[in-house]
Amino acid sequence: MTDHDTATGRRAATPTPPDGPTATVLAGPTEAVTAREYLALGWRRIKGGETGVLPVVGGLLLVSVIFESLDRHFLTTGNLVNLLVQAAVYALLSMAEVFVLLLGEIDLSVGFVAGVGAVVVAWLVQPQVGWPWWAAVLAALAATAAIGALQGTLITRIGLPSFVVTLAGLLFWNGVMLFVLGNGGSILVQDDVVNGISSSTLPRLAGWVVALAGVVVYGVLTWRRDARRRSSGVAAPPAVLTAAKIGGALVGAVVLVLVANADRGILAPVFGLPVVVLVVLAVLVLWSWLLGRRRFGLYVYAVGGNAEAARRAGIGLARIRTLSFLLCSLTAGIAGVVYASRLRSISTSLDGGTLVLYAVAGAVIGGTSLFGGRGRMLHGVLGGLVIAAIDNGMGLLGFSAAAKYVVTAVVLLVAVTIDAVARRGRTD
Amino acid sequence: MSTPDEPLLRLRGVTKTFGAVEALAGVDLDVPGGAVTALAGDNGAGKSTLIKCIAGIYAPDAGEIIWEGSPVRLDGPAAAAALGIQTVYQDLALCDNLDIVQNMFLGRERLRRGQLDDLSMEQAATDTLRDLAVTTVRSVRQHVASLSGGQRQSVAIAKAVLWESKLVIMDEPTAALGVAQTRMVLDLVRTLVDRGHAVLLISHNMTDVFQVADRVAVMRQGRMVDVRPIGEIDQRIVVDLMTTGQSDREVAR
Repeated sequence: MTDHDTATGRRAATPTPPDGPTATVLAGPTEAVTAREYLALGWRRIKGGETGVLPVVGGLLLVSVIFESLDRHFLTTGNLVNLLVQAAVYALLSMAEVFVLLLGEIDLSVGFVAGVGAVVVAWLVQPQVGWPWWAAVLAALAATAAIGALQGTLITRIGLPSFVVTLAGLLFWNGVMLFVLGNGGSILVQDDVVNGISSSTLPRLAGWVVALAGVVVYGVLTWRRDARRRSSGVAAPPAVLTAAKIGGALVGAVVLVLVANADRGILAPVFGLPVVVLVVLAVLVLWSWLLGRRRFGLYVYAVGGNAEAARRAGIGLARIRTLSFLLCSLTAGIAGVVYASRLRSISTSLDGGTLVLYAVAGAVIGGTSLFGGRGRMLHGVLGGLVIAAIDNGMGLLGFSAAAKYVVTAVVLLVAVTIDAVARRGRTD
Repeated sequence: MSTPDEPLLRLRGVTKTFGAVEALAGVDLDVPGGAVTALAGDNGAGKSTLIKCIAGIYAPDAGEIIWEGSPVRLDGPAAAAALGIQTVYQDLALCDNLDIVQNMFLGRERLRRGQLDDLSMEQAATDTLRDLAVTTVRSVRQHVASLSGGQRQSVAIAKAVLWESKLVIMDEPTAALGVAQTRMVLDLVRTLVDRGHAVLLISHNMTDVFQVADRVAVMRQGRMVDVRPIGEIDQRIVVDLMTTGQSDREVAR
């Protein structure tokens, strides 16, 4: 498991004891901070309206408790693994949407852009075309990235509203899909590797190795960063908190692998960590790093927070915006490949309209602001999980699609309300 | 090249028109280093247009901008910043959703192995704020949204210092501030000048101008009416110059 909550570690600081008439936190090297003081600062930030992932994690727990109390099958290992696999497409699409929501823009085309990616990969791995799986996947991602570059260029260079350009994209790429597939047509995915993305699982031992290797890498990086901060006299989390973060990641990884490695088969034994979960985690880590540690990511937040200030700081707004739309469509392309892999085919029944609404809803339920500047990739994944959990839990209870839509809508409204109420606590 | 008595910035005949409106009609102005030059003038006199020309936001239609003795073309805020010209805007131009360090380094981040070097930037920002005796901020990692007006102004000014700007332009730095915060910002302006920065200050507040300025330049209807050392001008003369373009008064003693 990875924990991307480094912002808490980086942003917090602590008052030092007064050491003179101009005493201030900025004066002198910061004293070692107790874990208690550090947590108090985190609490103050939450009260100040920066609730981060807390509401969506709470929501996820609430949804789990409700479904488990109504139907004892919800929290079985088999269903939890199923849920993670179902959530993959939603999580990827919500992450795609985070890139543009951070700018205060929206991309309505991600559903059918994912469809185009699915068609490209399914088409190219057909025996009569005969591309190797990796080339087909790369071609699908290149195609969707090109779509994003095109839409982004229209939006930034000509100055058209993203709402309209991507609405046109929704219709256009739906049309392209129908044109390629023919009326009511479909293409089977005839490649074991592509199909395996969503259906294959790691052997038990490999699951442990991958999970523990991930925790070790995360632990070393986190420990080194916090230790470097502690030794440089800036506000840093105390060693015990750093250890707690790494311990938390370890517990999460162990629970994940234990759940995944339990036998969930009914007729034949089925077990192991699904590969698609690792795909989602890899995308999450990569995009979080891009947004959190790279200059590009900082500029995305700057443009979303105050575009005029970013412009005056010499940031090329058009470049940042275009790249964000490109990355959004590229991530939608990944979702499309996963989608085709899960259904082992791509057909005209792909409902890109509902997918895009779920993508936006997932990002917002996760805690990303619709007004730009606030949100993280993790929010997209957690929001996608909530949507999949509602879908899954109500499915178990035998509810219709109509009821699922209604409940998802209510959850979306609750999420936006929590954000709005929390925002009143902010002093901006 | 620059000579000892060459001012840091010299404007010659700077002209800017918007459609039929002539916002600047051949403005001349010298801005020397290590001094506060106040720019006074009524609304619409062209003060804001002038500083936007210096900050690289507007390109003048005619006239010369001479920086340290050489004529320069400022095609964008980045070009002005590269020369050492920083503007602290009235609307502050800070990103509310970023913290103090991120705002101070925006556009000039330090990198370490291709990643943002948060630690080094945080230390530099902390040192700068401490040097300027900006001591009211709880943490440099707090979001700018949570700061008071005076603190935001201080952050914007500290940014200019951090970037080692030679000329800091301030547009109404005290307009929205209370008494104590105004005091804090004006002290900061004097600190800048004592360290050899040049400051070009726009203010409607005559009390502020006469507290910090070394020279007062008065504009009216897109023209530079007069530039005088602070000892040869008083508030009534400034008002005369602003409203009628001339003044026969003696300095009140």
